[in-house]
Amino acid sequence: MDLEEQGAIQRLVEQGDRDRMVVLLGTPTAGSTMMVALTLTEGDPSYAGPLAGVPLGLPVYHVFEDQVKAAIPPDVYEREIGPMSFVLDAPAIVAAMERARHQTPPS
Amino acid sequence: MVWGASPTLTAGAAPTRAVPSAVGAEPVVRAARFALAHVPHLVVAGSKPRRELAAQGQGLWYKLQASLRNFEAAVAYPPHQVMLGNLAPEALWDCPRPWHRAPVAGARPEGPAGVLVGEATLHTWLVRGDAAKLVSLAEDYAVELSARLAGARVATANAAGLKAALAVGGEPLAGPAGRVLGVVAPGHEADESLTGAVILENLVAKVTGALALRRLLDEVCPAEPVEFLLGSGEEAVGDRYQRGGGNLAKAIGELAGLRGAGGVDLKAFCAGPVHALIMAGALVRSGLYRRVIVVGGGSLAKLGMKSLGHLAAGYPILEDVLVGMAVDVVADDGRSPRLRLDSAATLRLGDGDAPHQVAMALTVAPLKRLGWRLSDVDRFAVELHDPDVTEPAGSGNVPAHNYRIIAALAAQAGEIDRGGMAAFERAHGLPGFSPTQGHIASAVPYLPHAIAGLTDGSLRRVQLIAKGSLFLGRMTTMGDGASVVLERNAR
Amino acid sequence: MLDFKGKLVLALGERDGIPASSILTCAESAGGQVVYNVTQCFV
Repeated sequence: MDLEEQGAIQRLVEQGDRDRMVVLLGTPTAGSTMMVALTLTEGDPSYAGPLAGVPLGLPVYHVFEDQVKAAIPPDVYEREIGPMSFVLDAPAIVAAMERARHQTPPS
Repeated sequence: MVWGASPTLTAGAAPTRAVPSAVGAEPVVRAARFALAHVPHLVVAGSKPRRELAAQGQGLWYKLQASLRNFEAAVAYPPHQVMLGNLAPEALWDCPRPWHRAPVAGARPEGPAGVLVGEATLHTWLVRGDAAKLVSLAEDYAVELSARLAGARVATANAAGLKAALAVGGEPLAGPAGRVLGVVAPGHEADESLTGAVILENLVAKVTGALALRRLLDEVCPAEPVEFLLGSGEEAVGDRYQRGGGNLAKAIGELAGLRGAGGVDLKAFCAGPVHALIMAGALVRSGLYRRVIVVGGGSLAKLGMKSLGHLAAGYPILEDVLVGMAVDVVADDGRSPRLRLDSAATLRLGDGDAPHQVAMALTVAPLKRLGWRLSDVDRFAVELHDPDVTEPAGSGNVPAHNYRIIAALAAQAGEIDRGGMAAFERAHGLPGFSPTQGHIASAVPYLPHAIAGLTDGSLRRVQLIAKGSLFLGRMTTMGDGASVVLERNAR
Repeated sequence: MLDFKGKLVLALGERDGIPASSILTCAESAGGQVVYNVTQCFV
């Protein structure tokens, strides 16, 4: 996630009603999913951006996750997401989300 | 090349315009040409390198300089040989990657699809194209270029003069080892739309577009008048009151020595060229014009966009080439592939922007209307970005991703089963080979090969598919796209 | 159970994945309010 975007999200979270905020990702690979998810929970893992070492602690989900799918009307989900979950590697992306959630912070 | 020595503007009267016919002929795509300009020392002027250098400083500058390619390496780079028409795109399937480690022996800097020029040639054309006299060259560099300049006048400056020009907002023309070869002055001292950097960006688009157009005009029916030019690039030409005023097409035509043609620019992000091809076809079909050329210049901003990924992977800086294009659309000549306007599709409001929705609207729907299956198209020309450029930066293999989606739709339609998707992608797809020059990469790099295959070869149909990221301009969250089929001429 | 009703959603899309416009449609159809949306394009 680029530095300017990290800054924009940081400002939004600091100035807004953060307890109601949730992030929904549409990243196409396990790698990019992990990077973005970690940046928004623990802080920028590359330590290059404004969110380096700043744990925003936002709840982050990916549209391919079952719990997200269950919350969205099926006809809308089918139209908007449709076959993309099998064109892209959905299981790997979902696994990356799980790993990001259970990641221990660096000491 | 003789034309390289002549002044920019032709003298004499404009040719008499042919009377438009009441009913036009079916349009055909007769030819396409590319002009690649190898400009390794302008990589630092690309948008991403500029910002990274400002943040990281000298250390990064040295790493970039150490990873630049020389001209011979750029010529021998297999994807560039495909752009020039010396190698078929399909030859890359069996070429081991990364391709920069498999240079083509005996490679030439020109071919049936265009030409690859070096920095000195580009700089010369910047001077020729400098209508507002904003470019000045270092005195010693002007001497080096004097044979190429062949009498074209250019302002020169000594070291102190260059330094002073840079201090008031001039954009440096960088050379090897930090040498400043020249300066591009701002077009106005208080206009953000005319900074030195913007002028340089627009000048390189103008020049590379003109080089491609000149190549086309020299090689393809030079005596046949060109009536209209459609610009299709993503640059913004204007001033503070009209930032995107445009019509670079006419400036490109002027620099290429054309007279008698009108022009406009068509703006649609990366989908510009395919939209422009459809428009050109419609203009010919209507009878208004008999010869329309779609032009587009290269993107300075996109140089070195993925350079950090290349440095990390130990690759040379691969995004060191600007590309201009010119595509000839004319009334049916009985031989060239037909532009099937009845197959033209655009992404309309409400079609949706997810990749599968876009593929449905641009690929499946227009074919279905004509009673064709996906398998009836021999090749789909999608966004043909070189995967060696995109993968080290984590951006994946863009053409392969597009072909995966088309194959998935073919499976969904029952044309193939899921197990047959990989074979479908290989048979109907292409390896990416285009420099990451935005609108340039969108389907059109395949045109010279498509035309050859649809005339002398065995292809019957090729679908060109382009997508545009409108959302980047922050005026909409939507995307865009356009597609059209080229078909073998029945006659 | 994940429920988007009353939530403020940040939709981070990608052109080659799921774009923000699709995420937005999904979130709003589930009762969420999208307060931030961006679609990344890497070419």
